[in-house]
Amino acid sequence: MFVLIVRRTFQSIIVMLVVALLAFTMFRYVGDPVAMLVGQETSLQERAALRENLGLNDPVPVQFGRFVLNMVQGEFGISYQIGRPVSELISERLPATLELSLLAALFALLTGIPMGIYTALRPGRWLSHFFLTLSLVGISLPTFLIGILLILLFGVILGWLPTFGRGEVVDLGWWTTGLLTESGIKSLLMPAFTLGIFQLTLIMRLVRSEMLEVLRTDYIKFARARGLTNRAVNFGHALKNTLVPVITITGLQLGSIIAFAIITETVFQWPGMGLLFIGAISSVDIPIMSAYLVLIALFFVLINLTVDILYNVVDPRLRGDMRSSLG
Amino acid sequence: MEVTERIRDSLHRFFDGDFWYSFTQSKITMISGGVTAVMLLAAFFAPLISLQNPFDPAALNLMDAFTPPVWAENGSWAFPLGTDNQGRDLYSAILYGSRLSLFIGFASVSLAMILGVTLGLVAGYLGGIVDVVIMRVADVQLSFPAILIALLIDGVARALLPNNRHEDVVVYVLVLAIGLSQWVNFARTVRGISMVERNKEYVLAARLIGISRPLIMLRHILPNTMGPVLVIATISMGVAILLEATLSFLGVGVPPTEPSLGTLIRIGQDFLFSGEWWIVIFPGAALVILVLSVNLLGDWLRDYFNPKLR
Amino acid sequence: MEGAERSQEESTGQVQPLLSVRDLMVQFPNRRGVLTAIQDISFDLMPGEILGVVGESGAGKSMTGNAIIGLLEPPGRIVKGEILLEGKNLAALSQQAMRRIRGRDIGAIFQDPLTSLNPLYTVGDMLVETILTHLPLSRAEAQTRALDMLSEVGIPAPHERIGHYPHQFSGGMRQRVVIALALCANPKLVIADEPTTALDVSVQAQIINLLKRLSKEHGTAVILITHDMGVIAETADRVCVMYAGRIVEIGPVRQIISAPRHPYTVGLMAAIPKIGSGADKLIQIEGVMPRLDGIPAGCAFNPRCPQKIEACTRTVPPMIAVAENQLAACHLFTKPGGA
Repeated sequence: MFVLIVRRTFQSIIVMLVVALLAFTMFRYVGDPVAMLVGQETSLQERAALRENLGLNDPVPVQFGRFVLNMVQGEFGISYQIGRPVSELISERLPATLELSLLAALFALLTGIPMGIYTALRPGRWLSHFFLTLSLVGISLPTFLIGILLILLFGVILGWLPTFGRGEVVDLGWWTTGLLTESGIKSLLMPAFTLGIFQLTLIMRLVRSEMLEVLRTDYIKFARARGLTNRAVNFGHALKNTLVPVITITGLQLGSIIAFAIITETVFQWPGMGLLFIGAISSVDIPIMSAYLVLIALFFVLINLTVDILYNVVDPRLRGDMRSSLG
Repeated sequence: MEVTERIRDSLHRFFDGDFWYSFTQSKITMISGGVTAVMLLAAFFAPLISLQNPFDPAALNLMDAFTPPVWAENGSWAFPLGTDNQGRDLYSAILYGSRLSLFIGFASVSLAMILGVTLGLVAGYLGGIVDVVIMRVADVQLSFPAILIALLIDGVARALLPNNRHEDVVVYVLVLAIGLSQWVNFARTVRGISMVERNKEYVLAARLIGISRPLIMLRHILPNTMGPVLVIATISMGVAILLEATLSFLGVGVPPTEPSLGTLIRIGQDFLFSGEWWIVIFPGAALVILVLSVNLLGDWLRDYFNPKLR
Repeated sequence: MEGAERSQEESTGQVQPLLSVRDLMVQFPNRRGVLTAIQDISFDLMPGEILGVVGESGAGKSMTGNAIIGLLEPPGRIVKGEILLEGKNLAALSQQAMRRIRGRDIGAIFQDPLTSLNPLYTVGDMLVETILTHLPLSRAEAQTRALDMLSEVGIPAPHERIGHYPHQFSGGMRQRVVIALALCANPKLVIADEPTTALDVSVQAQIINLLKRLSKEHGTAVILITHDMGVIAETADRVCVMYAGRIVEIGPVRQIISAPRHPYTVGLMAAIPKIGSGADKLIQIEGVMPRLDGIPAGCAFNPRCPQKIEACTRTVPPMIAVAENQLAACHLFTKPGGA
């Protein structure tokens, strides 16, 4: 187990370095950082001084090393457009994105898994057909359109829910939360639903197909042949084996929620990292783009690591207990 | 004579075969097949059946802006589905927009397919370090959502190209961005199949009689992958159309001067609160119907080629 | 009719059969009509008896076994016939009632011990849950019984092994675990479907001997499904030969081996290599068994039969007594004009 964690952590660091190299290449070679920072009227001498000051004349490996060091300390440079440190901009917006993503993930998991189990166990029922049809529509309806339709219905026509922003937030010093005020929670409902619905359909379809696969295995047939109750077969044997692969893929899906938040944040003008990122792309604000890339990669790597360890806890075959395969 | 007979023969085999039978077994599949065909034809013949060229600024008249659909008060038969803020006829804009969406979809899926199938074949057949490198890249990329990869590629392209050049090549940038974000599924599936086929006796026999490796991959392994590749291509088509619409909606895709379905929805969102709902609803409905039909076809194909997953 | 006769005879003092299968027919509806997988399957099984069922793959052996334990894969279903276990017709039971029969009255052993055991459950978990499902025992008593079962099937150090997962056992040991699971509620009948096919040759004999010993000690009847005549010759009391979904010959194992009557059985016996017989050329039956959708009219074996007569292509031959307790379905034994 310990060996595994060490090995996985090592692999994660390599992935992060590759992503950092990508971000660095973007930062350094896509456009000229100096030209981006200064105005038209800056003299050549001033530009050269700034270039020297920023260390852009040093050998490239040294620059990369410095980039990584800065990154580790949470230092991503200064935004070209806004003129403030990127780390500041991101830490302001991180709570909004994380609150939205977590709620959406919770919603997707808590409804997606039961729906998947139901459709696998009761394939003929009308409710199963209904869920499957719903999931197909969910996959075919683009997230932004779902958001717009919700706004049209609950915001414009019914006027029940706010259509943009986070509502009233409470500042806890290191974190701002919308979960403590009524307007904050109301503002969270539509975005979280919009963000979660696509993941919900994916999780439901995944659980369904994995469970159908498991239900066809010999050990399920043997469990039935032993006369176990349907409950023991379906919710003991079948479900346990279904959830092992589901954990992995679902973990990765949940990671992608943070990235998908870009779309939801645009629709609802939600002041999170995604909105910041989209703005950065339109205005070619490279420091924000590379910082966002690194941050998302970090989330993914952390989730991957957790999932791998979890997987090993759940599946005895991977626990490295190789004592006896001799019989 | 012989050719026509052969065509008749293969047509006969097609309509008598399991494939066609399975297609006709489900009403939903037939309907979605029909809808897809109609939308493909409509997009292809858009210049013939549209009322105006919505990409031509000279054809637009700002005086016509915000005309509601024909059945509403102030509606006009000149604009059956109403107009947008530029006075663009939505019916024509939807036809041209679908054309753009479908073109980007086809082109990017083709790119992803060629890239993914080639890399998958090579990785699976050669194995070793080539396999490790390709699959490692695939794994890392797979852990990032396609939308993020497409956004980054688009962002870099924007930074590298001067602004006015960007608008000219934006369609190709989108094809590249979407195509590069979709190759992994093809590569993984093809790799799996080619690893299995590699060890079969007929491949061994082909190797023994001295057929070169590229030829073995092309003639013997590739045909085995066609079914699953077709399934993935159809599913990717739906994803690609949605990705294009999403990028355009986010404002980093097709510019408003030549709107795709996503761009139209983006334009319409601004006018949702002032009651001009039709600018969002009609392009949105067209997009959903198109993607839903493609996805239903993909579902059916998947069931057909892999019945155990039903 | 013949079965009714026999049961009447038996009710006058002889032992009742444990299992009595009558005219069993299983069909699979598919897109081009209905496939009949097995039909006219009738046989009796006495308590403690081992009946070997032999035939090529696709002959309907496993289908018969699955029909008896009520685990036919949909859309397959029993359309005709009775399966009487101590007089109770299993074919007419509800799924719920059938579930209580499985494991309690009929145990099952499948071909591949690698895939028959759930990789996420310990051997003890599976034994205890099976015992608790069928027997009125406490958890501690079930645990004790599980340990007894493991040592009975010959697993060394059961106290240690009971907490192990299937992947920690070898193939032969896993099949012993499967046997323990099939027998842990002390069923009267065990259906063993190719129990040794997936195992190493060296382990096969051990498993067969174990099965034979347990059958004797517990008085458990066994239906042993296999394509290996050697296994049957060693183990079974009687043998039932199947071809294309029907029984072609049934009788005591010694009689069938020494004096097979149906031409298919004759071919089957000739195909077994005999040590020391001097024949260095294997005899084989020409041709292949027809697929379910292409069974010829009359006797299904007629295209391959070396002794085909005119009647064979017209009517399906009935089961006829050809020797004491030995029946065969072949026109060679129908009296011309009679029956």
